Amino acid sequence: MKKANFVEIEGRSAGYLALLGFLGIFILAALGSSFYMEHNGHHVTGMTNQIVWGMPHVFAVFLIVAASGALNIASISSVFNKTAYKPLARLSGLLAISLLLGGLMVLVLDLGRPDRLIIAMTRYNFRSIFAWNMILYNGFFLIVGIYLWTMMQRSLNKYTHYAGFAAFIWRLTLTTGTGSIFGFLVARQAYDSAIMAPMFVIMSFSFGLAIFLLVLLAAYNWTHRPLGDVIFNTLKNLLGVFVAAVLYFVIVQHLTNIYMAKDSGVEAFILLNGGIYTKLFWIGQILLGSLVPLALLYHPTWGKSRTLVGVAAMLVIIGGMAQMYVIIIGGQAYPLSLFPGMEVQSSFFDGVVNHYAPSLSEIMLGLGGMATAMITVVLAIKILRFLPESLADEVVDPQHS
Amino acid sequence: MSHIESSKNAALTRRKFLGSAVATTAGLTIAPGVLLFRAAQAKPAAQAVTSKVRWGLLIDNTKCSTGCDDCVTACKTVHKLEGHNRPETDVQWIRKLTVTDKQTGHVMSLPMMCQHCGNPPCVDVCPTGASFKRADGIVLVDRHICIGCRYCMMACPYKARSFEHEVVHDQSVSAPRGKGTVESCTLCVYRVDHGKIPACVEACNEAKHGAMLFGDLNDPESEISKRLTKYGGKEIRADLGLNTGVRYQGI
Repeated sequence: MKKANFVEIEGRSAGYLALLGFLGIFILAALGSSFYMEHNGHHVTGMTNQIVWGMPHVFAVFLIVAASGALNIASISSVFNKTAYKPLARLSGLLAISLLLGGLMVLVLDLGRPDRLIIAMTRYNFRSIFAWNMILYNGFFLIVGIYLWTMMQRSLNKYTHYAGFAAFIWRLTLTTGTGSIFGFLVARQAYDSAIMAPMFVIMSFSFGLAIFLLVLLAAYNWTHRPLGDVIFNTLKNLLGVFVAAVLYFVIVQHLTNIYMAKDSGVEAFILLNGGIYTKLFWIGQILLGSLVPLALLYHPTWGKSRTLVGVAAMLVIIGGMAQMYVIIIGGQAYPLSLFPGMEVQSSFFDGVVNHYAPSLSEIMLGLGGMATAMITVVLAIKILRFLPESLADEVVDPQHS
Repeated sequence: MSHIESSKNAALTRRKFLGSAVATTAGLTIAPGVLLFRAAQAKPAAQAVTSKVRWGLLIDNTKCSTGCDDCVTACKTVHKLEGHNRPETDVQWIRKLTVTDKQTGHVMSLPMMCQHCGNPPCVDVCPTGASFKRADGIVLVDRHICIGCRYCMMACPYKARSFEHEVVHDQSVSAPRGKGTVESCTLCVYRVDHGKIPACVEACNEAKHGAMLFGDLNDPESEISKRLTKYGGKEIRADLGLNTGVRYQGI
């Protein structure tokens, strides 16, 4: 097994500049959208007093969850000492930080008062899981930053294992915190469950790895660096395991709710008669986001095609976004149960399924968050040594002769 | 020698000058704040908020009639909660609910507003502490530190809170509001602090409905406590264990 040689990408080609420009347009559009929403107030968005968290939250939570999952590859190498993953650890840490940056950008720019971010950073209500998350997010930047430093400076390599272990524990805590934002909500039947925390952790494994795989494929294809089958197949199989694990949690979550009569209404809404949410659940999340990727990843011949594995990873991301939409928007669309078993009506949309149509500005803000994550990676791999020159089999495989 | 001394003196004078300049600047900067602070605390100490009191409401549902929204109108008027004809984003601090029992067909009408919980979920989830409960049980939003994250709206089981989706014009002096922050029923805290009752209760009384009673739940001699002792009162979603300050009879 050769030692991985990390080299910056050249980053002068027309393609590279075009990519920067392409991502830049989305970021500018996001900033413009945010200014438009903040200037006019949120009434110009699709969000209302009924659907208080909209499309920006779908993007933001997805990115934040994926961020901690993207760190998995590094964790497997540093915490569990799997040497094959070691050459990928730097990219894994970089992607984790970048995705979190993108997600937080969306979250902050959607606040009613983003100008008061300093208040959120200085005043903490420690009973709030949201406040804890702010500490967890900031700490994630710091810890993963230190972790990357120990990987990239040779004299600090001896500390990588410890930094990696700290980052691993931190990322599990972070996603537990993100899941608990929903799990702790007693008011809404779609949430209010301890399963949210572990389900978000396993979702992070899946979404983070899918993004990692796509970034890896793109980076190595576009820079014409070798990417061997050994590492590729390992990642592909791992993604399959994670997709199946998410599916398992989703099944347990819904089976439990179906069993409880008090939650049968909200379950029927999501699974049977919720219109767009039911479609997104079955077609987006289950079929396209879980079953098709599983078939593609584990099929004896399809699973060997990098294109099809790339498609599978893309579908996992689309399915993940659908899942976030169903959880976040669907969970709010179903009316609150003020008087269980009774019909409630009012001028404030009590007792009715709430309507939501995302506005263009919300979608652009969300896409801008994704673009911010990607541009951070694209710039960082040009400036610092994140990518191994080669991921050919002899570099990653200890058994390779 | 004298040269050294005179330069020492010069240094001392300069130090003195700098010292007094800093003191004056600090004084000029802080004094208006202190004066304003004192003005804001103008309420006599005897009326300080105390946990000996717990303000609450008792709604007698048998007297609350369908179609009557005197309480809602009063709230909107005194707090200048004018809508923009956009019902999905316009704020509502109090609303009337029509509740129908699906099995018996029995219909009841009741006002719904912030329930001023003893264990308010909105206060628990608020990241900055902008959502808070006063010692006397009134749950409020500090508009100065609300960042507009809307987590409290996700957490409230009563849908009692509204997000201000638009620029607010022509505000009521006693109920400051602002675009991008969350707001809800304040139990007319500015009236209560001056010994008056909430506007909704006053309107209900003036119209001779008498369906709303305001008072101190901690004082066994108060009318509200006596009525609760005699006839009982229910919390909406009592199963959540929130210990609401608003109780209902006849639901």
